[in-house]
Amino acid sequence: MAAIFQGVGAAAALSSLPSNSFDSNKSVFSPRRSFSVRKGASFAVVRSDGTVNLNPKGRRTQQLIPNAVATKADSAAASSSSKPGHELLLFEALLEGLEEEMERDPRVCVMGEDVGHYGGSYKVTKGLAKKFGDLRVLDTPIAENSFTGMGIGAAMTGLRPVVEGMNMGFLLLAFNQISNNCGMLHYTSGGQFTIPIVIRGPGGVGRQLGAEHSQRLESYFQSIPGIQMVACSTPYNAKGLMKAAIRSENPVILFEHVLLYNLKERIPDEDYICNLEEAEMVRPGEHVTILTYSRMRYHVMQAAKTLVNKGYDPEVIDIRSLKPFDLYTIGNSVKKTHRVLIVEECMRTGGIGASLTAAITENFNDYLDAPIVCLSSQDVPTPYAGTLEEVTVVQPAQIVTAVEQLCQ
Amino acid sequence: MALSYLRSSSSRSANFLKPLSSAASLRRPISTDTTPITVETSVPFTSHQCEAPSRSVETNPSELLTFFRDMALMRRMEIAADSLYKAKLIRGFCHLYDGQEAVAVGMEAAITKKDCIITAYRDHCIFIGRGGTLLEVFAELMGRQAGCSKGKGGSMHFYKKDSNFYGGHGIVGAQVPLGCGLAFAQKYSKDETVTFALYGDGAANQGQLFEALNISALWDLPAILVCENNHYGMGTAEWRAAKSPAYYKRGDYVPGLKVDGMDALAVKQACKFAKEHALKNGPIILEMDTYRYHGHSMSDPGSTYRTRDEISGVRQERDPIERVRKLILSHDLATEKELKDIEKEVRKEVDDAIAQAKESPMPEPSELFSNVYAKSLGVESFGADRKEVRATLA
Repeated sequence: MAAIFQGVGAAAALSSLPSNSFDSNKSVFSPRRSFSVRKGASFAVVRSDGTVNLNPKGRRTQQLIPNAVATKADSAAASSSSKPGHELLLFEALLEGLEEEMERDPRVCVMGEDVGHYGGSYKVTKGLAKKFGDLRVLDTPIAENSFTGMGIGAAMTGLRPVVEGMNMGFLLLAFNQISNNCGMLHYTSGGQFTIPIVIRGPGGVGRQLGAEHSQRLESYFQSIPGIQMVACSTPYNAKGLMKAAIRSENPVILFEHVLLYNLKERIPDEDYICNLEEAEMVRPGEHVTILTYSRMRYHVMQAAKTLVNKGYDPEVIDIRSLKPFDLYTIGNSVKKTHRVLIVEECMRTGGIGASLTAAITENFNDYLDAPIVCLSSQDVPTPYAGTLEEVTVVQPAQIVTAVEQLCQ
Repeated sequence: MALSYLRSSSSRSANFLKPLSSAASLRRPISTDTTPITVETSVPFTSHQCEAPSRSVETNPSELLTFFRDMALMRRMEIAADSLYKAKLIRGFCHLYDGQEAVAVGMEAAITKKDCIITAYRDHCIFIGRGGTLLEVFAELMGRQAGCSKGKGGSMHFYKKDSNFYGGHGIVGAQVPLGCGLAFAQKYSKDETVTFALYGDGAANQGQLFEALNISALWDLPAILVCENNHYGMGTAEWRAAKSPAYYKRGDYVPGLKVDGMDALAVKQACKFAKEHALKNGPIILEMDTYRYHGHSMSDPGSTYRTRDEISGVRQERDPIERVRKLILSHDLATEKELKDIEKEVRKEVDDAIAQAKESPMPEPSELFSNVYAKSLGVESFGADRKEVRATLA
């Protein structure tokens, strides 16, 4: 499935060709089609002011996000009635996905701290306890190790719990349960048990939350065999990934980001899921492949705006699937552009970028014209001071510089 | 302290082997006889925050003989595993259960296969109790295809889904939250069944246990936590590891019962009581006072932290199989010879199973990648250029 959704705002990209987003948004997978078709595709870009641009290839002025945390809805009035779908914020999209799955399957239940009566610390489970009752939306005590273990035990019998870590960092307390029981039980039992659990929660660097509340757990979990990891970045893929994760028979860890919960987007009314193993083509291009995920996607898109003005044509891919990597999409992109820049929020050592660098080098070394550049956060505990925190994560200016150096 | 307790119980036990209700001295067909017999347990139950069940246990000849046979089978299996380990056919970790068989058979007698059991790594006999076959056990121990986990789990990962045996876990204490999760699922599906989560005296000091107990008590889950107290956490005696070795009291607001774990009938009574309690009132802790003859695992001789006298003392005075044997003989349910025949039969069964297991092949190399993921939404993961399937999510 393609998504040329640019996130915030009412812009939705449609294509007149059948090989496009809405068709492949059905709840069954459609086989992946080669991206080479895209080159000659004609796009119709519907912009927020209502004008339609056919074949914008020459102009490439898509709606880009000025900053990573967008809270203002723009031109909501103009867009609400005429277009299909409905507008909502990212946390509402997660809530919608969760609610739909809970209605669809009585075995789905939610466990976590303050998910029930409080409505969730980020409102992702708001209203669910009233609707589904205390046995399906469970407030747990502050005991991550044991309630994650309990979720896994319940999953062994066939229930489908969604375990919320109030902050991903707290799940470090449940690492043993996630690694040994969640990831490995399907294998060590010779296939007897499946663990259809979803573990989700917000992580990443926020706004001066301090070191312990700004952790990127995807780098710690990535080696665990048997789990799948996905990171959502837009309301569209948040809802889609949440639903796919709940329906999957495998344990899935869904990484959300603290700063992205208030992103607004128009999403389809009909039922859809996103492929858990697929990457998302955010912006096709020719000169360099920029691989990113979660919040860094928005920093990249902001940098892309500057790069376009400087005459570069970056291809931006939101990898979404952190384990396993979608080497198909990534590979095709590398074969086209021959240059790779990875922008991530993990720390330099042992992060997702490090693994991705290794994977690409192993598989596509012949296609690379330059060494892979990986921009990651600094290997430091995230400081509290705002200025220092800004320097810890990758900023758009650094991305622009890196692309310029890469494309020399 | 532990030794003095063992000594004192022996003098009492002799009195209670005489039947309270007289059984006819005529020889009846023994294998299916269900005439009730009432036997008193060796020691009374000690309770915490609840009323202890009665010391008189209802049983019948058929059940007693089943106990004898099952325990003899388990004993023989574990000793055979010992030899196989020394012959290097079993590698890695092998934790043997001989001495503790009464817990496994007593528990099975009180519950159905719909109730769940989850335990730690000393799981061979519980697996047999749940209906596993000797072939599956030995094949899994030797890493063969016919094993219950297809050779990919090993000694610490026995599972039997169709009889609700959830393993088989290597990390100490991690199975207790899982067990409470099983109880949660049972409550969610309104099954009227319970979960027995077994752990040892070493694991009783794990924090996650208390976390899980708190949640289970809060949510009224039908979880029964069973502490198999064999008095040693690997090499550390219980009094050196726990400030309060009264494990049945550790639940504080959760009721507890202390049981003589070497007496299969006491175990049966306690488990029956616990099941009724858990379905009505939520979690309960059972402490089974038991003993293991082997060391912690095959790499531990078991004699550096306890004396050989202690081990042989327990074997003479509290051995679970001997207790049942004496019960059978004193009630005239079978002759010495018949019991010896059962033991010979069992020995042969074990030997046959080992021979059969030795013939089972090692897993295929492709099995390395199978069952890492469950087949989900029909996904196959291709190699980088889509031409070859690098991993099928099978």
